[in-house]
Amino acid sequence: MNLEIVGVGGQGILLASKVLGGAALDKGLDVWMSEVHGMAQRGGVVVTTVKIGEKVYSPLIGHGDADVILGFEPVETYRAIKKASKDTWIVTNTAPIVPFTVSSGKQGYPKLDDIFESIQNVSDKFVMIDAKELAEQAGAAIAQNIVMLGALTATGALPLTKEDMQDSIRNNVPERFVEVNLRAFELGFKNARSQM
Amino acid sequence: MKALLDDKPGKQMMLLGNEAIVRGALEAGIGHGSTYPGTPSSEIGNTLENIAKDYGMYFEYSANEKVAMEVAAAAAASGVRSMAWMKHVGVNVAADALMTLMYCGVRAGMVIVAAGDPSVHSSQNEQDNRYYSVLGSIPMLEPTSPHEAKEMVKYAFDLSEELELPVMVRTTTRVNHARGIVTFGDIKEPAPKGHFEKDPGRFVAVPQNARKNHPRLLKQFGKAKPISQGSRFTEEFEVDDPELHVIGSGAGFNYIYELREIYGLPISILKLGMTNPFPEEKVGEFIKGADRLLVVEELEPFLEDKVLSLAKKYNPSLEVYGKHTGHFSRLFEYDPDVVRKAVSKLIDVPAGGEPLDADEYELPSRPPSLCPGCPHRATYYAVKKALGKTEAVFSSDIGCYTLGVQDPLNTADFLLCMGGSVGAAGGFSKNTDQQVFAFLGDSTFFHSGLPALVSGVYNQHDFVYVVMDNRTTAMTGHQPHPGTGRTGMGDPAPMLSIEDLARGAGVEFVETVNPYEIEKTIDVFKRAIEHPGISVVVTKYPCVLLEKKKLSNPPYHVDQGKCKKCYLCVNQLGCIALVKEGDDVDIDTTLCIGCSHCAQVCPFDAIEPGVEE
Repeated sequence: MNLEIVGVGGQGILLASKVLGGAALDKGLDVWMSEVHGMAQRGGVVVTTVKIGEKVYSPLIGHGDADVILGFEPVETYRAIKKASKDTWIVTNTAPIVPFTVSSGKQGYPKLDDIFESIQNVSDKFVMIDAKELAEQAGAAIAQNIVMLGALTATGALPLTKEDMQDSIRNNVPERFVEVNLRAFELGFKNARSQM
Repeated sequence: MKALLDDKPGKQMMLLGNEAIVRGALEAGIGHGSTYPGTPSSEIGNTLENIAKDYGMYFEYSANEKVAMEVAAAAAASGVRSMAWMKHVGVNVAADALMTLMYCGVRAGMVIVAAGDPSVHSSQNEQDNRYYSVLGSIPMLEPTSPHEAKEMVKYAFDLSEELELPVMVRTTTRVNHARGIVTFGDIKEPAPKGHFEKDPGRFVAVPQNARKNHPRLLKQFGKAKPISQGSRFTEEFEVDDPELHVIGSGAGFNYIYELREIYGLPISILKLGMTNPFPEEKVGEFIKGADRLLVVEELEPFLEDKVLSLAKKYNPSLEVYGKHTGHFSRLFEYDPDVVRKAVSKLIDVPAGGEPLDADEYELPSRPPSLCPGCPHRATYYAVKKALGKTEAVFSSDIGCYTLGVQDPLNTADFLLCMGGSVGAAGGFSKNTDQQVFAFLGDSTFFHSGLPALVSGVYNQHDFVYVVMDNRTTAMTGHQPHPGTGRTGMGDPAPMLSIEDLARGAGVEFVETVNPYEIEKTIDVFKRAIEHPGISVVVTKYPCVLLEKKKLSNPPYHVDQGKCKKCYLCVNQLGCIALVKEGDDVDIDTTLCIGCSHCAQVCPFDAIEPGVEE
């Protein structure tokens, strides 16, 4: 199972990938991930790869070889599109984070409807999640990453059950945030399921 | 990460490569660790910071990599197992010590982790540090995964002791920053304090001793040759009637092995784990029966050149493919696509997933940038205000403040290496008539900015020396340094004063200012520019990522009624919390931390604290 998680530094991608990896480890599966640390974390593009299976051989994914693209930000989802084939689930957060190259007027940010339509034109496995709204409903805007994990789980692409993921949230998230994150996970899961 | 101390052999954990390296050292009974932080090696120190005391070893953040190497060398000479780790370019700083240390050798095991950064994710170059192993006759191991990194580090201590030479474990970003399943072995008690037995003939590198030590090094290194031939980290993956032979090492090996396993390709692979000394006979045997051989290694043709010369002896008709034949590049890290493309030129490889053919958009770039509320932004703003229309050369350094290179700040014109801003600023001041600034951080000041300051005062350079003191080593993850009052062990330490050190070096103009007091800061810079010679300005305000936890400032908002759409805030500050929506400027309240900088520069007082009513 090849998963590419993309987004922007500071969105909680590292924690999301830890929850995933932890669930896979508990299930006795092999896991190999690749993370971004250092300079790129300062508001730059963050790409995390998670590969799970009976045996995993490398930490990176080739073009067209992702099983899931989990995009925490719409433009970053689109930037990763070449990793996807028609068999790939593409799950994206619809809430944009505008880079300063755009806010300063130097570059343009494409219209969201355009890029969503472009994905719909080539993929039948496209799920759109307003993670910001759902996280706020759950009680913490910061829980967008776990909303996305709920949506990811709903695709059924993972070799992991909903319960495996919920257990891993309990194991990897600080205790006082577990409840709100489990609510966020459930909202993401339900919202994605309703689109399938 | 206290779980790293668990004495539970067989336990499996998901570990970052850097955490696995720490576990390997604990399983070897390390007594001393030292480093200067640098991506991708930093988390080795971050991890040890939390457990060194509980484990019972000594750990320090040294002022720079050279010092880290020297303190570790003394530990190993005293019979204490030691490790020094740094990023690839950090080895350049430490190389002076390292090259002669190889002559003297060690008594207890000493391991040097040199972490490379192919593709330059977070560095100033992507030099291939494997050549250091040849330059210094340093036995070298190259892991492919976090688990192997743990095993190699643990083994490297034994190897080092056997050879009485330091051993290098050369990693790359996709090992250090990969996370995988690591199986624990037995944990060992930390090495107790040692005793330095004097042996000046060996440890005092005067010429007559060096002449004796060089042959000693060659002899000891020679002993590594049979070890390299039979290394347990060398693995052969054979098939009957292979259509292609492959030699691979490091992260690059993973992609060729993956391709072979997924498609059952008729490829025989020799994976090399110990690559210096080069295991000649082992490789010779492997290439003897081959017709065509592909060498898979990132960056320089380090193995490929050796294989080419070896082929003359073992198999003159062998066709060797790699970087010299254009199958691979000497640039950047490899990935499954790069390796698939190279292999496809030689044998049939089934097609992978077909990438979606979606519409092309010009997607906005998202370069890393200074955080909202970063004090460096305020410093840069003040410098530019103080200069007015005067042109200046901005000599920059390694740290978050390098991000001043971005629009709209444009406050980095020249950058080479750690501490390099200062020497270069002196060079510009002596060889041009331009106004010159050097920008460096507090940690960089202690790393190598200080000797350059002394040199500049002595040679009467003339520039403004700005220490952007955010009270931490920010870029690499907030490690302490000699100015923070805390050691790597978490103990209180003398808090060295940058101002006192500058005055001690003979600088007459030394001023400290809070960069968020904008008018005051501009005034200090104006006077610093006027002052002849080197003027040191310390802009002091803690890194906002550290402060954020303590700050409870409300975010600001724009009063659209007062805003005259001059866009001064957007155009001069480049803060990512300031967002242009149509003609309006808005503040993203999830990003704004209430630093007040934009409110202070707004000529119409249109930016106000609190969320819009």
